[in-house]
Amino acid sequence: MVIKMKDNLYNRIADFHKPKETKVKNAVVAFISGGVVGLLGEGIIEVLCGIVHMSRADAQVFMSVILIFIASLATALGFFDKLVSKFRCGLLIPITGFAHSMTSAALDYRKEGPIYGIGSNIFKLAGSVILYGVVAAWFFGMIRYFIGGGL
Amino acid sequence: MLLVNSFIFCGFVCLIAQIILDNTKLTPGHITSMFVVVGAFLDSFSLYDIIIKYVGGGALIPITSFGHSLIHGAMAKTDSYGLVGILMGMFDLTASGITAAIIFSFVFALLFKPKN
Repeated sequence: MVIKMKDNLYNRIADFHKPKETKVKNAVVAFISGGVVGLLGEGIIEVLCGIVHMSRADAQVFMSVILIFIASLATALGFFDKLVSKFRCGLLIPITGFAHSMTSAALDYRKEGPIYGIGSNIFKLAGSVILYGVVAAWFFGMIRYFIGGGL
Repeated sequence: MLLVNSFIFCGFVCLIAQIILDNTKLTPGHITSMFVVVGAFLDSFSLYDIIIKYVGGGALIPITSFGHSLIHGAMAKTDSYGLVGILMGMFDLTASGITAAIIFSFVFALLFKPKN
């Protein structure tokens, strides 16, 4: 009786604590890894501005292209998936997640041929981002145009 | 200072996403789509521009900046073309990112074999 109750209690306590702890840990990991990616982006911009003497607007474009290149290459080499499963949203929410989704979709459907494989499936995951981004930008742009009259 | 702000802002956005991911049934696809809409919404009254001014590169990294760039390019074109400028300028600022992602992923898909 006592053992049974203890077991029950133990299970309840375990259930109460286990998911919460991993959630907190996941959140902290996502914060730090996402922060490092953000730091890297700002660092690349400052390096490009300081060493190559680019304007800040040009450096921002180059920074996103560099990060997309790194993420695509890492996905193609196979170790980005492991990093994503470890850091989750820390790598999926930055622009690296966009590049990762496109490269992994292209790689996965590669064997089905260039048209119905890569061609049809490359936007499988990134397509929703583009679709809802464009629809939202159009909708809010219309509102802003009629209320504020452009910029 | 921009470096520290970048770390905090980008980390904070990822933290929110991770909390949503862990506590609801939404997938990363839902969350990224949602965040793009949030980015477009924040820029519809130039809030995101203020964030970029204080945060720098860190605000351009999360997917919210994709929504911001979409609407920003669209509104820049409305100055000279009126309402149809929204359609013309939509991809002006994000074109580099989307094109780079398409080119790199296509080339790497041809060059590499999937590992698993």
